[in-house]
Amino acid sequence: MDAMIATFLIQDGVTSGAIYALLGLALVLVFSVTRVIFIPQGEFVAYGALTLALLDNGRIPPTISLLVCFGAVAFLLDLWDMRRRTDARTFLRSLGLNLVLPGIVYGIVTVLAPLGLPSFAKALLTILIIAPMGLYVYRIAYRPLADASVLVLLICSIGVHLAMMGLGLVFFGAEGLRAQPLDDANYTIGSLMVPAQSLWIYGSTIAIIVALYIFFERTLLGKALRATAVNRLGARLVGVRTQLTGVTAFMLAATIGAVSGVLIGPITTIYYDTGFLIGLKGFVAAIIGGLASFPVTAVAAIGVGLIESFASFFASSYKEVIVFGLIVPVLIWLSLSHTFHEEE
Amino acid sequence: MTGNLLELSGIHASYGRAEVLHGISLSMKAGSIVTVIGANGAGKTTLLNAVMGIMPARGTILYDGVPVPHSVEARVAAGLCLVPEKRELFASMSVEDNIELGGFLRSASERAETREELYARFPRLAERRRQLAGTLSGGERQMLALARALMSRPRLLLLDEPSLGLASKIVTDILDIVSELRKTGVSILLVEQNARAALEIADEGYLIELGEVRRSGPAAELAADPALMESYLGTHS
Repeated sequence: MDAMIATFLIQDGVTSGAIYALLGLALVLVFSVTRVIFIPQGEFVAYGALTLALLDNGRIPPTISLLVCFGAVAFLLDLWDMRRRTDARTFLRSLGLNLVLPGIVYGIVTVLAPLGLPSFAKALLTILIIAPMGLYVYRIAYRPLADASVLVLLICSIGVHLAMMGLGLVFFGAEGLRAQPLDDANYTIGSLMVPAQSLWIYGSTIAIIVALYIFFERTLLGKALRATAVNRLGARLVGVRTQLTGVTAFMLAATIGAVSGVLIGPITTIYYDTGFLIGLKGFVAAIIGGLASFPVTAVAAIGVGLIESFASFFASSYKEVIVFGLIVPVLIWLSLSHTFHEEE
Repeated sequence: MTGNLLELSGIHASYGRAEVLHGISLSMKAGSIVTVIGANGAGKTTLLNAVMGIMPARGTILYDGVPVPHSVEARVAAGLCLVPEKRELFASMSVEDNIELGGFLRSASERAETREELYARFPRLAERRRQLAGTLSGGERQMLALARALMSRPRLLLLDEPSLGLASKIVTDILDIVSELRKTGVSILLVEQNARAALEIADEGYLIELGEVRRSGPAAELAADPALMESYLGTHS
């Protein structure tokens, strides 16, 4: 292997590492706030990438119908909760959030999709479609289980993952799609060729990390999310609603998933079930971060990307084995260095 | 309207099948300190948790003459606030963030105003505002828990064993602060094992034993009853 190949592998590894970092951060975020191990995170990536690819072809993505369905189910569940007592405000809020919001998104996308928008606008449109799904997934699957154990929440996650993957097959079909890059220019730095898409990936990852940092350190809602992660009872006692932090965490996770999808869609062909594998790699990074540390997760994700890239060069058939094998020594180390308490 | 700030009647609460409160009734006037005393396991903490809504309970809880709202958050918004026995601080966050979060349901300007008042009242916390809550001493943690609770501008403060695990000098400080709070119009429902100290600052007292009210009356009267202090409470002083 010469320096040329090494630089290429490093560049490739950092690019996928940046995407895994985003997913890892979303997983840590959701777990620390809600104790949910969010396996369906990868589905948002696949939905995002496939949605963008369809928009590129000037087609109306089926995710908007899916969004409307999700909203309708969430609305029905809200109605069921309201059967005994309700007030106009709760009803209107639910109506607006679950029916009007997806309706508006549906309208916007139907009008704008065939117009041949610039790539950046299509990317924003994709995020607009996918982000609210976090809200509905939380409402439908997790909110009724807010007080359940980590194990029950994990089982629920597996169910949601399988359901969303199945829905992906129904709505997108089995065919793989590749989106167009946000910008198809290429820059050369010395002997290294850097596609503009990679720069978008690095830039977006850094921007999201900075935005998350500001959100958690500077805003009261961000602090409330941290407080919930540190001490759930304490957070309730100061008036932080579990639902509020849950919804916020899932919305952020879905948004990050959609952004990851938009970023990865143009560099690899995405199928309805590709998201799972990508999500799992983010999960490896999140595990290395102990499902608690944002900085460790971000650094570990870059490491995962690099190892994957070098493994695919030296032992391509063992690529996945090597990446997922990383978990084993980490778990051994974590279990030796920490004393764990069962569930708070 | 009964004229009472808090009116409990027939409160029952259970852990699984074991009922720990068997129909507790209690009433307190606005602006007063009422103390609930009793031995370990009498159900004092459960009673406070039931009032706050973190423990499901049967019976009627009237707050300001109307049934108290259902959720914990709505109770906080209505002016109830619990300082639990274990403080439940946000250990890995700064003192300032802990205090800030106490006012989660209030506007930024209201929070800023109350925060300055609290720093004036607790200068020790002002000194340590950048420090992590988990690194504070026991007494400072209790002060922080109180400050965080006061940040929500409660009308009714529920205090669970504020003196637990603290040196006697600090206990006196804390109880002084509690009786001073009353002057600002906060009503206080105080649960204490340290009965003598609690009755000293309270207006009314309730003695709870095995989930039932055994005695109630003006605090001074209970404190002056040697038989009661002896038989139910041992010789706390």
